Amino acid sequence: MTTAIALSAKPRNLSGPVGVAVLLATAFGLVPLVGSDYLFEAILTPFLALALAGLGLNLLTGYAGLLSLGSAAFMAVGAYAAFNLSLRVPGLPLPVSILGAGLVAAAAGLVAGLPALRLRGFYLAVSTLAAQFFVAWALNRIGWLSNDSPSGVINAPRLVVAGLSFEDARGRYLFSLTVVALLTVAAWRLVRSPTGRNLVAIRDQEIAARIVGVKVARTKLLAFALSSFVVGIAGVLWAFAYLRTVEPAGFNLDRSFQILFIVIIGGLGTLRGAFLGAGFIVVLPLALSRLGAVLPGDGFDSGTLEMVQRIVLGALIVAVLIREPAGLAALLDRAGRRLRLPA
Amino acid sequence: MPRKTPIRALLAGAALLALGVSASADEQYFPLQSYRVGPYAAGGTGFFGGFIDYLNLVNSRDGGVNGVKLTWSEGETQYEVERGVEVYERLKSRPGIAAWNPLSVGIAYAMIDRITADKVPLITINHGRTDSTDGRVFPYVFPLLLNPYSETSGIVEYLATREGGLDKLKGKTIAVLYHGSPYGKETIPIYELLAKRYGFKIEQIEVPHPGNEQQSQWLTIRRLRPDYVVLRGWGVMNPVALKTAQKTGFPADRIVGNVWSNSEEDVIPAGEAAKGYVAVTTQASGAQYPVIQEIIGSVYDKGAGNLADRKRIGSVYHNLGVLNGILNVEAVRIAQARFGHRTLTGDEVRWGFEHLRLDEARVAALGAKGLFHSINVTCANHEGEGRVTFQQWDGAKWTVVSDWIKPDWASLRPIIEASAATYAKERGLTPRDCAAEEQADARAGQRASAEAK
Amino acid sequence: MNPDLAFLVEVIVGGLLSGVMYTLVAIGFVLIYKTSGVLNFAQGAMVLFAALTFVSLVERGLPFPAAVAATLAVMVVVGLAVERAVLRPLVNQPPITLFMATLGVAYVIEGAAQLAWGTQVHGLDLGIDDTPLEFGGVLVSLFDLFAATVAGLMVALLTLFFRYTRTGLAFRAVADDPLAALNVGLRLPRIWSAVWIAAGIVALVAGLLWGARLGVQFSLSLVVLKALPVLVLGGFDSIAGAIVAGLIVGAAEKLAEVYLGPFVGGGIEGWIAYVAALALLLIRPSGLFGQRSVERA
Repeated sequence: MTTAIALSAKPRNLSGPVGVAVLLATAFGLVPLVGSDYLFEAILTPFLALALAGLGLNLLTGYAGLLSLGSAAFMAVGAYAAFNLSLRVPGLPLPVSILGAGLVAAAAGLVAGLPALRLRGFYLAVSTLAAQFFVAWALNRIGWLSNDSPSGVINAPRLVVAGLSFEDARGRYLFSLTVVALLTVAAWRLVRSPTGRNLVAIRDQEIAARIVGVKVARTKLLAFALSSFVVGIAGVLWAFAYLRTVEPAGFNLDRSFQILFIVIIGGLGTLRGAFLGAGFIVVLPLALSRLGAVLPGDGFDSGTLEMVQRIVLGALIVAVLIREPAGLAALLDRAGRRLRLPA
Repeated sequence: MPRKTPIRALLAGAALLALGVSASADEQYFPLQSYRVGPYAAGGTGFFGGFIDYLNLVNSRDGGVNGVKLTWSEGETQYEVERGVEVYERLKSRPGIAAWNPLSVGIAYAMIDRITADKVPLITINHGRTDSTDGRVFPYVFPLLLNPYSETSGIVEYLATREGGLDKLKGKTIAVLYHGSPYGKETIPIYELLAKRYGFKIEQIEVPHPGNEQQSQWLTIRRLRPDYVVLRGWGVMNPVALKTAQKTGFPADRIVGNVWSNSEEDVIPAGEAAKGYVAVTTQASGAQYPVIQEIIGSVYDKGAGNLADRKRIGSVYHNLGVLNGILNVEAVRIAQARFGHRTLTGDEVRWGFEHLRLDEARVAALGAKGLFHSINVTCANHEGEGRVTFQQWDGAKWTVVSDWIKPDWASLRPIIEASAATYAKERGLTPRDCAAEEQADARAGQRASAEAK
Repeated sequence: MNPDLAFLVEVIVGGLLSGVMYTLVAIGFVLIYKTSGVLNFAQGAMVLFAALTFVSLVERGLPFPAAVAATLAVMVVVGLAVERAVLRPLVNQPPITLFMATLGVAYVIEGAAQLAWGTQVHGLDLGIDDTPLEFGGVLVSLFDLFAATVAGLMVALLTLFFRYTRTGLAFRAVADDPLAALNVGLRLPRIWSAVWIAAGIVALVAGLLWGARLGVQFSLSLVVLKALPVLVLGGFDSIAGAIVAGLIVGAAEKLAEVYLGPFVGGGIEGWIAYVAALALLLIRPSGLFGQRSVERA
């Protein structure tokens, strides 16, 4: 768990190359040596996949200011696209099919983003639900997409890249970590590029942005495409590296909300926010249920316990929002500044 | 310490590979991925409550199975796949795991690879992956008693008895109202197949998830005027279907529910509209069976019952949980007869499940006569030829209205085998040779008994 | 009547009546959005909580009116608590933060509801027989007519309230311009409290009517998904819009499912309402009740 948090701080210290190097060395070098299967399979791998999804959504919601409730649908598109690519194109290397899946998801995001040209705010958010429900319906309806499996559930192909197998717990973690690290660097470069500045411009002052020559419509669609690309690849990780099986129901509205939670709790418009938020959302319920299992005696049945946890989780979310509406990233910044002051 | 037997020595290598170390004391452990909160909590509390009640009964009445105590612990999943996986990863290293029983299709699917690698059985009673019936391809997965295909066949056989024979189905119209999910769609080809074979007309209508609004589907049914409606529902879709049927004037006694539309939770919310509704089941409900009475006497009366509400004893999910307990415990008992009265490895319990043969006499001896019919699991057939019966809701309780009906397994088997073969090919697996395994088993058994002499 | 025509009428009537049920849920959203700019996702949890509280009280032997009164009291407390504990500290935060906070509130309410009353499913009988009535070959459900009447009454009451009472006037002032309202001395927190209480009452009515249809269980909170397309189409801040849009969405989705569904394999109700709402917005950019600008903010 400590590693999860340490890892989440990774992009924060991108300004200091030493910090990044230390974090990457820890994540790639130390963690695989000391971690247990449980840590990899139940915490780190889902954490990485969700953090990546959060990163993708943050490009859209945090940077470009466009609200989407359809992230889970793009994850699904990515997962099913990767499945079909590796199934139907024999010999296609895994990285290529993952890249292809990202592109398919980006295309889906482009289409789903069309209403953004007319709608804003919650109107846009609710309209992205159309994508959410349509994708679920289409995946369920079109048997070809799940290779006509009678139960509609797909089995993930094996994680093998250039003869190197990533099939065990550690391998899945390293595979996810590599993908996430690469995409995080790409996202970091993106938000510092002119395109990234355009995104922020249409978020902060759309009219002003138009006046200074930002092509607003194009930029909005680009934001949808880029975001969906990343979210789609997160879907591949979720399906291939984490669950190893996928049914459409796994990418439901709750998942979309979960990703939105990650972005908002972590901090809108910051890359590290996605990691912090994912840490919060993945680790907190587990910690709560562990704590709950230790605390009371036999008087509580596990159902009561779970309901208390649900209440606590909800309350904590509200508390974080009240205490720090700008998210955990801002909280961390402040703490960091306070630490630095005496020095 | 467990008794040393030659067989144990023989299997030590496999056992070590399978699980590392066996439990210190003689205990057999059941990790439970239960769900007591969330949308499906009512089913979860009933099923896991019944399962735990039965394990409790075996411990308190018999002191465990041949002296091996049964233990368990719960991890809450809320019916969510990733939580189920987390619980699996958390509990899988506990010693002496007998089997996993998630009662969730999604969680079961995510576990297939994992339990196969870890060599522990995965029990998906009444549900799960149809083609896992083929134990040659899925050695560790057991869709006990009923898979979706046999359920379909069982329902059609039952409708035939209501019409007076399979030949009387000719020219009839049956509408299937199914949940808009992979689960709901799974039986579409089987209904088509049976419709062709028996000459009835089939119309399959999808209800989008969650199914809280079915006006248009039932208007379509009203126009179609079918002889029967089969409800392949899930959660809130069931009571809404019954309510909407009443609203559109379709009689409830011509609606037949499948195995996920057969519980009290599915009919009580529909109130009056559910009176007369019939549903399939593998285990009759009610508390009159000796085993349930024993649970009341030696578990609930001692304050150790798992259900918060005693009124739910004998409900559909509770009895399914008890039945699931019986099957698990008997598999352990059968495996113990072969491997010794000690903590078994997952792989040994797998062997027990593959020899889980409970005929009617044995079922009666277990105090479950009338609760369920019989089971006959083999290496190749992991379903075990479970029979189904049909219950009618009278507004307060379910009453059995049919005999134990045999689904037409023989004609379903080729479809299942073909699907399993596709899976094997996709994953690059070689199916087991069941005949060879049984021969090897028999030889090992002979040798063991010879050495014992 | 020609049977095909009768069937068409039946589909449309059924759709319109379903639409009224959607409106019922949508109004809860509108009330809060109108005055505080929050898309209150906890509305579904409130519907569940209200219905579950009511049903549990009735099952414990409370007579119907007493149970209604007690539930009402509980909903008032819930509304006040949410306003005080969550919204007030978050005032002036961006809408998306508020939206997320209501999701957190939904968790708390769902957890509390099940903790207090258990996870069992309950039937809810309002004493209205649901046998179909026949008008010239067209079936109409008595219960649906009753529900539509109740919904209609509630909308009428709310409209009167907004139009003719001081508090109602204050509501509208806040909705139009919170800062100006504050300037002329309106007390925002009091108005917000009032509006959350009103949303709680709407949740109770919706909970009772939907609960009688679905049974009272966890899935009751999913009815919000039916209300969202209504909101997009009608506008988040217009009660009249919610009514008209509810009717349109209800009829459109039934017609689509019955007549269009068979060509694409059915089950399209889940998303067709959203697509229809979007299409209408894109074709007619001013929206249904739009004096507002094209790009709704």
